[in-house]
Amino acid sequence: MKKLSARRRHPLAALVVLLIALAATGGLYATFAPADKAQAQGESTSQQDKIETGKKLFTVGCASCHGTGGQGTTDGPQLVGVGAAAVDFQVGSGRMPLQQPGAQAPRKPRVYSDDEIEALAAYVASLGPGPAVPESAAYAPSGGDVARGGDLFRTNCAQCHNFTGKGGALTDGKFAPPLDGVAPKHIYEAMQTGPQNMPAFPDKSLSSQDKQDIIAFLDEVNGDEAPSEGGFDLGGLGPVAEGLFGWIFGLGALVVVAVWVAAHTAKAKKS
Amino acid sequence: MSTTTTTSTRRGKAPAGEKIADWADGRLGIYGLAKANMRKIFPDHWSFMLGEICLYSFIIVILTGVYLTLFFHPSMAEVEYTGAYAPMHGVRMTEAYASTLDISFSTRGGLLVRQIHHWGALIFVAGMALHMLRVFFTGAFRKPRELNWLFGFLLLVLGCVAGFTGYSLPDDLLSGTGVRFMEGAILAVPIVGTYIAMFLYGGQFPGNDVIPRFFSIHVLLVPGIMLGLLVAHLILVFYHKHTQFAGPGKTNNNVVGMPFLPVYMAKAGGFFFLVFGVIAIIAGTTSINPVWVLGPYRPDQVSTGAQPDWYMGFSEGAIRAMPAWEWNFLGHTVNFGVFIPLVVVGILPALIALYPFFESWLTGDKREHHMAERPRNAPTRTAFGAAWISAYFVLMIAGGNDLWATHFHLSINAITWFVRVGLFVVPFLVFVFTKRVCLGLQRRDRDKVLHGRETGIIKRLPHGEFIEVHEPLPQGEMHRLTSHDQYAALEAGPSVDDNGVVRKQSLVEKLRVKMSQGYFGEENQIPKPTVNEYEEITSGHGHH
Amino acid sequence: MSSGSENNMSPEHLPNEQDAEGTVAVPGADHPFADPGLPAHQPRKQDIDEKAAKRSERVVAFLFLLSMLATVGFIASFVAFPVDDIRYVWPLGHVSILHVMLGVTMGIALFCIGAGAVHWARTLMSDVEIADERHPIAADEETRSKVFADFQQGAAESGFGRRKLLRNTMFGALALVPLTGVVLLRDLGPLPEDKLRHTLWGKGKRLINMNTNEPFKPEDIETGSLSFAMPEGLEYEDHDFNTEIAKAALMLVRIAPDEIKDQQSADFGVDGVLAYSKICTHVGCPVSLYEQQTHHVLCPCHQSTFDLSDGARVIFGPAGHPLPQLRIDVDDEGYLTALGDFEQPVGPSFWERG
Repeated sequence: MKKLSARRRHPLAALVVLLIALAATGGLYATFAPADKAQAQGESTSQQDKIETGKKLFTVGCASCHGTGGQGTTDGPQLVGVGAAAVDFQVGSGRMPLQQPGAQAPRKPRVYSDDEIEALAAYVASLGPGPAVPESAAYAPSGGDVARGGDLFRTNCAQCHNFTGKGGALTDGKFAPPLDGVAPKHIYEAMQTGPQNMPAFPDKSLSSQDKQDIIAFLDEVNGDEAPSEGGFDLGGLGPVAEGLFGWIFGLGALVVVAVWVAAHTAKAKKS
Repeated sequence: MSTTTTTSTRRGKAPAGEKIADWADGRLGIYGLAKANMRKIFPDHWSFMLGEICLYSFIIVILTGVYLTLFFHPSMAEVEYTGAYAPMHGVRMTEAYASTLDISFSTRGGLLVRQIHHWGALIFVAGMALHMLRVFFTGAFRKPRELNWLFGFLLLVLGCVAGFTGYSLPDDLLSGTGVRFMEGAILAVPIVGTYIAMFLYGGQFPGNDVIPRFFSIHVLLVPGIMLGLLVAHLILVFYHKHTQFAGPGKTNNNVVGMPFLPVYMAKAGGFFFLVFGVIAIIAGTTSINPVWVLGPYRPDQVSTGAQPDWYMGFSEGAIRAMPAWEWNFLGHTVNFGVFIPLVVVGILPALIALYPFFESWLTGDKREHHMAERPRNAPTRTAFGAAWISAYFVLMIAGGNDLWATHFHLSINAITWFVRVGLFVVPFLVFVFTKRVCLGLQRRDRDKVLHGRETGIIKRLPHGEFIEVHEPLPQGEMHRLTSHDQYAALEAGPSVDDNGVVRKQSLVEKLRVKMSQGYFGEENQIPKPTVNEYEEITSGHGHH
Repeated sequence: MSSGSENNMSPEHLPNEQDAEGTVAVPGADHPFADPGLPAHQPRKQDIDEKAAKRSERVVAFLFLLSMLATVGFIASFVAFPVDDIRYVWPLGHVSILHVMLGVTMGIALFCIGAGAVHWARTLMSDVEIADERHPIAADEETRSKVFADFQQGAAESGFGRRKLLRNTMFGALALVPLTGVVLLRDLGPLPEDKLRHTLWGKGKRLINMNTNEPFKPEDIETGSLSFAMPEGLEYEDHDFNTEIAKAALMLVRIAPDEIKDQQSADFGVDGVLAYSKICTHVGCPVSLYEQQTHHVLCPCHQSTFDLSDGARVIFGPAGHPLPQLRIDVDDEGYLTALGDFEQPVGPSFWERG
């Protein structure tokens, strides 16, 4: 016990206590924090009722910002003519309905079920002509040329979304989101409709096949099975992450080794 | 060292070993060297091994670099890729990029060597930076080591040059962006910029010459100079003998430690393998610069998050934080948006490189210093160093502002503004804070010497007062805490001399007095305890 | 420094000069802060306990053996695993198994040699601390005067100071001869001339879509979209493709005419279709992080921000002037064409830009 009381005067004692306290707090929080509850309830609706159902959902969930007929208000843009693809992307990726105003709407767990999204899309599509939700044959990664997709991605997309779709910053807190784990359908729809501040890449400037090539490339380099041949990929963020890792784990490990090499060997009798 | 040929002293082999040694001595005169150096003493301290990390990682980088040249084609001729990496099939790229893919995917172990080379290079430069800071904060740059300090600094600068040119060689989209940036930076140099750019790139950017030229610089020119500097650096380390921290038995006139043979040879030799082993394991498990997902360079393509390797981060930051200033006059344009940051990027390292000469001018101290100082005992220097680091860090933050923005949900514009202001404010705050901390630590040392160590044992005196028992420090410890030098501040001389004539004091001299007051004046260092004070307290009313 | 007497705070800003030469007053043992000298050596467990020493020996030998095994493992991995074998390795991800195996075995082989040697040094080699004397770096006065005398004799014998003609012509020759090397560098590259002022764009050149390789019509460019164009006649296979595209790269946007704030900018375009240089005026990165709602375009390298609805005015960041805009029109067949080259040099500023 005497040892402990002597050690508590050690200059690093306060740091150790702080670290233990932080670890304990974090651990307790992680243990007891409420888990996100998935909420989704499916309810099948017949084809004819879709628009009607969509309209009801729209009036409750969307009209406050987008206007009762989708004509837009000061709080939200007009939705006439954006098409089903835009709705499927915005609602399907959880961006809409908006949780809180901010620089831009982030991706989050979606609120509506597949059927509800379909109904909403049908309703908005009925307001004016716009891009339809693409068929799965159009965006299946297997139908694309990875190498060409990479080239197209670097010309059209990488400037905002990074080499392999890890995302990046835009002005004033806006950002191009990372594309990890984004469904191919949503990637296709985003290129087609240009959500929020993303420019659109309509078929005349980036053909349907081009889009599929890009999706194939992303699936190759950014999918769940994407290989990272050289080992752990450090988030794919490039030199900043590599520099941090090099300092902390590279040089850090070597300093630890150096401390061992230079330290005096334990004496037989502790003085 | 040439002493290595005489290391074998095992009895069984002795006669043969001796014969070889005699043969070598007859031709090289190695016994003279060995006599002086075989049992040369090296002090043990972990921070003294940072330089070794640099030395060993440099060797590792050279070894792996030689291997890479066997496979790499430094050519900008365009080819259509048909190699082993399927996702690039049919893409047009330079031979430099294609051969990098081949090293990574068709050569067994090629990827490992590439990654050892790159990780080794990052750690090499990081090690040099840390080594430099160790030398700075312990005052180990003082006479007679100022020249070696400069050699080391040049090695650091050349290490960055080697790093930048090497990073550019694969001609991928990330490094090509850096090469493009370099063109813009050169064009921003007034008067001669356009010509230098044309000469470096062999015409307009990117041309067909820059990769082979960078290759020559990277594998021949820069490593050649570095090797020379490194040898000079090591010879001087040997010649000056290493510094040491204060402690019982350690004086300015000796060096205490273990002999080169056998202990240091085993430790230093072993440390080489340890460094190589750690880097190999990192390289085997952690990806670095996966150029195959970055794509080949094309001047009309770019990716967000385009950053240089860490050691160029501060220059990147200086340029990102710069406001848009551009001058047009008399038919000429000066791009201050690039040019001023370039000047800052030159000045910031120069400040630290020239600091030893400033300090020796300030103190006027011509003596040799072989004791490594504790940073707290040179509060103003330590505060300056910390402020310098903080300025460097602020610029590093600017260099990665886009990543901080996305990962901490901040506005990139806000970060840039923070840097614009912070570059001037943060170093000032850090300076003041560090100095206070150093003075506080000096006070604590003083208290420890005069009043002993707090034991944590609380005693109740007969009249009810509680006191904590203080235990006097052992003599060695008291010596350690009081053996440092303390300069007295310069005083401004009298304004008139003995004959009543007004003395002319140059501005420089006045500045020197002012600076000296700032370094060693009453408020700026805590006088170390004197024996008289100590005896007064110990003989007087016991411990407190 | 233990020079200077500790019981007297030196009032001088420097301790006496004699102290500097190392004539340290060795304080007596009565002095409480005096240097007690090197502490006596204390044995390690291995020094006094042969069993402990044997244990250390076994650890070291084990490490060396482990290194041997790892080297064998390295060779085996090199032979056994194909170069293109990707497998999942926790926690690294899907990695080249050959690469990871080679790295780890090589790392262990090297690390164990080092660890063994250091453990050997730390536990079995003598750890008695020894003090080595230092000697002043500067030479003593005798040596110094001998060197100067020798030098003066040598200088005098050379006649260097006396024969001024020889000296001066030699300096002249030595000063001139490096010029041969400088002159040889002349052909590193051509002179700038007006190369940086011109791009491949010219009157009547169509705007080719870089994705589809087809010429653009105005109706291909929708409001809120972003497209990239290169000049007609430039082919990916051209040997100078990179050099030309580095200046000619173009981005096309369409902005509703009532949102265009700059009249000249609107006039340069066709029905709100505006063609701007893609090359940043700061250091030349391709700027194309286009925000279609704000019409801001951001450079990913240094965050210069241009407002495309206002003539690409710089609204943030270090770029010094707007992105040059290409004047475009529609030709008889309805395709977008350039009306000439850029009126200003594209890309980063340079001294002669004016």
